[in-house]
Amino acid sequence: MNDMNADSYVTEDGRTIGGVVMELKNITLRFGGVTAIKDISFDIREGEIRAIIGPNGAGKSSMLNIISGFYIPQEGEVWYKGRIRPPIKPYQVAEQGIARTFQNIALFEGMSVLDNVMTGRVTKMKSSMLAQAIWAGRAEREEFENREKVEKIIDFLEIQHIRKTPVGRLPYGLKKRVELARALAAEPSILLLDEPMAGMNVEEKEDMSRFILDVNDEFGTTICLIEHDMGVVMDLSDRVVVMDYGKKIGDGTPDEVRGNQDVIDAYLGVAH
Amino acid sequence: MANAATGSAGETAPDQGLPPSIPALLDRNAVKFANRPAYREKEFGIWQEWTWAQAREEITNLALGLLILGIERGDHVAIIGRNRPAHYWAMVAVQMCGGVPVPLYQDAVAEEMAYVLDHCGARFVIAGDQEQVDKVIEVQETVHHIEHVIYYDKRGLRKYDHSHLHWYKTIQEEGKVAHERVEKELEKRRGELTLDSTCVMLYTSGTTGRPKGVVLSNRNIIESSKNSAEFDDLTEKENILAYLPMAWVGDFIFSVGQAYWCGFCVNCPESPDTTMTDLREIGPTYYFAPPRVFETMLTSVMIRMNDAGRIKKWLFDTFMAHARKVGPALLDGKPVGAMDRLKYKLGEFVIYGPLKNVLGFSRVRIGYTAGEAIGPEIFDFFRSLGINLKQLYGQTEATVFITVQPDGEVRADTVGVPAPGVELKIADNGEIFYRSPGVFVEYYQNPESTASTKDAEGWVATGDAGFIEPDTGHLRIIDRAKDVGKMADGRLFAPKYVENKLKFYPDILEAVVFGNGRNMCTAFINIDLTAVGNWAERNNIAYASYQELAGHPEVYKTIREHVEEVNRSVAQDEMLSGCQIHRFLILHKELDADDGEMTRTRKVRRTVIEEKYKDLIDALYSGKTEQYTETEVTYEDGRKGKIAATLKIMDAKVVPVQGKVAAE
Repeated sequence: MNDMNADSYVTEDGRTIGGVVMELKNITLRFGGVTAIKDISFDIREGEIRAIIGPNGAGKSSMLNIISGFYIPQEGEVWYKGRIRPPIKPYQVAEQGIARTFQNIALFEGMSVLDNVMTGRVTKMKSSMLAQAIWAGRAEREEFENREKVEKIIDFLEIQHIRKTPVGRLPYGLKKRVELARALAAEPSILLLDEPMAGMNVEEKEDMSRFILDVNDEFGTTICLIEHDMGVVMDLSDRVVVMDYGKKIGDGTPDEVRGNQDVIDAYLGVAH
Repeated sequence: MANAATGSAGETAPDQGLPPSIPALLDRNAVKFANRPAYREKEFGIWQEWTWAQAREEITNLALGLLILGIERGDHVAIIGRNRPAHYWAMVAVQMCGGVPVPLYQDAVAEEMAYVLDHCGARFVIAGDQEQVDKVIEVQETVHHIEHVIYYDKRGLRKYDHSHLHWYKTIQEEGKVAHERVEKELEKRRGELTLDSTCVMLYTSGTTGRPKGVVLSNRNIIESSKNSAEFDDLTEKENILAYLPMAWVGDFIFSVGQAYWCGFCVNCPESPDTTMTDLREIGPTYYFAPPRVFETMLTSVMIRMNDAGRIKKWLFDTFMAHARKVGPALLDGKPVGAMDRLKYKLGEFVIYGPLKNVLGFSRVRIGYTAGEAIGPEIFDFFRSLGINLKQLYGQTEATVFITVQPDGEVRADTVGVPAPGVELKIADNGEIFYRSPGVFVEYYQNPESTASTKDAEGWVATGDAGFIEPDTGHLRIIDRAKDVGKMADGRLFAPKYVENKLKFYPDILEAVVFGNGRNMCTAFINIDLTAVGNWAERNNIAYASYQELAGHPEVYKTIREHVEEVNRSVAQDEMLSGCQIHRFLILHKELDADDGEMTRTRKVRRTVIEEKYKDLIDALYSGKTEQYTETEVTYEDGRKGKIAATLKIMDAKVVPVQGKVAAE
């Protein structure tokens, strides 16, 4: 814990990047005989935007699933806030302040945007199920408090006009934004975004990029994202991890990564 | 000077007991209506409310803060942003300090903003959010006199250099803390304001040339507000929704002038996208919209009714037919049979009431439309529902009001009688002139234009041609005076007259008619993507883009039917029968303010279009059946691109008329 702030620095655009908040050490993940991730180590610093990139099947989503506690790696250690994290359930990870969005959108289609975002506050509600059912005392008070937080996020992501619209009726780009809203509702210290811009047009990508930057800037949220669109990644992130066939082939600032021969090979393709 | 008419009221001594300024009205309201709502804004899903007393505190704090920042008497302060209470407060705070608020159109691109900011010499800019701040920073590269920028919405601005950038609430806080030090100065400046000091400067969008800064005095604003409020019996109990651009004179009169005069409540929507929902939640009693808004509402109602079940559709059709028959008469208090009344009551319960509720019109006592001619069907639709929708005719230079329709004398084809205090005369060439307490002071730093618009006796040329109906005294507008021309054979050419008839079809969004000095009239048509797109969907017509839909043969066929119908209607008017459209084409892109083809208030810029689409116009007159063209377009972020298309040109039937010449 002592060295958390030891090597913090300030970026060109004036953001403060703190010490290491999460560290993955020698992670190996196997599914039966298939090794999805092989001996990968990297860290995430407080307040930074960290990207994981790589071709299809490189193991990016598996890596994110390890961070979110959904997969337990066979080998290696996950260090979070200076302490080693034992194998725990995803909801416990969520309670520790790690929230995520999904590549293939996992929202409640029949529920309104507002209700969907409210589900992001579940970990913050302490009242009993009975109290919530009859909506009395603490449950009522909590609902008000949580609604207030959620409304701030709705305002922040500019989705006021669809507040009461069932999610199923929304276009794809807006669904992505609602998912981001739900993740933000949990007030995470680390936000995991699994391909936040997949399938979007240029304008939607620009909007989403702005929101990601604003979230990082306004709430100081650490962001770890997976993305295919290289242009977006290079513009957004402070540091990039490059994966290929379950191995780490590059790690550094966008400029460093861009000049890395292994990365160029992986993206342009060489004979294996 | 063929005709003259004068409005009824307004003959009393002008200055009697009038508070001399908007800040003075604020002081009055903060006492008289202390606990009544002055402003509401929906934020975080809840309507936040400020009483008049609270509003005065907010405004005073901001004014004190502005004084500390160094605002001088006569300083122009630009205000750019969407309708929010904070932005309205800024206007009044600037007035308190002896400055002049200059609201700008928030959707203007940096280039357009640069001209206005340069022209008014603003040292201070109050900007709504990051988007506006970015534009101002861009403008600062060429306009060097901007010293301080104040923003209201913090988001995304944290990292910006704050040496000349300030948060609105910080300025208010500083003002509050230092009130003892600067209060005297503020008191002094507020006391200096008279009816003749400048209240606001509004830039006219201008269909031709550069925008002009119209200087309006406190007298202009306060007297016009007083007269119009008395005309419609407006009280402090009204509620309005402020959603039209703040830079537009109408919004200033409704949301500042009349609101301060009457002490009623101004409600601001949560975001531009939620306006319709917010309208419904507020249920305004007094409502204003340009014809386009009513058109869009009607189109969306019709589209949804087309998709409704058979019983619902039958109910809707039956009762709407009945409403059209007796609704307007009931509204005007004319005699209607008992059975018809009963059926209308039933309709109110089944259709009209619920429909008005959905549209947010349940409580509307007075509604106005202006700016453009409204289609008779649209107008009648809303009136038949029992909504007291009226027309008014006005302009920035008149502080809005020139003519208005009194209750009970409402018609689609006239714009009403002279507003209280307004004198009207028609020049020999048909141009309308007026004189009123609302007549503007001058165009800022433009004495030539001032002199050519306003004569020594205070008569102002409207630039519109029209006539006063002899038996009713109502004014009818034909067209813009400078657009009215002669065709090659001397027949009268009034493009707007024909364009408006075309635009009344839901399928047609915009039309531009040519023919001045030519032997026949032709037209460009813009289709309405919502209406035509919905029609295409119902008829299983696939299309990938606006361009493709616009060029579809079936669409052309429908539009030709509309054009021919218009021709038949135009042919009936002896004076204008020469304006029938012989040939037309459907444009491959929507006319857009970003491309300079329209003004920000969506009025067609004829000269720009004539220049830009010269090849197409030539093709219309050369007898070709199609024409290839390339057009430059500007995207919302200012980048430019090109679109190419081959456009079909179609002939339309015209009704033969004996060669009558208009000029007798």
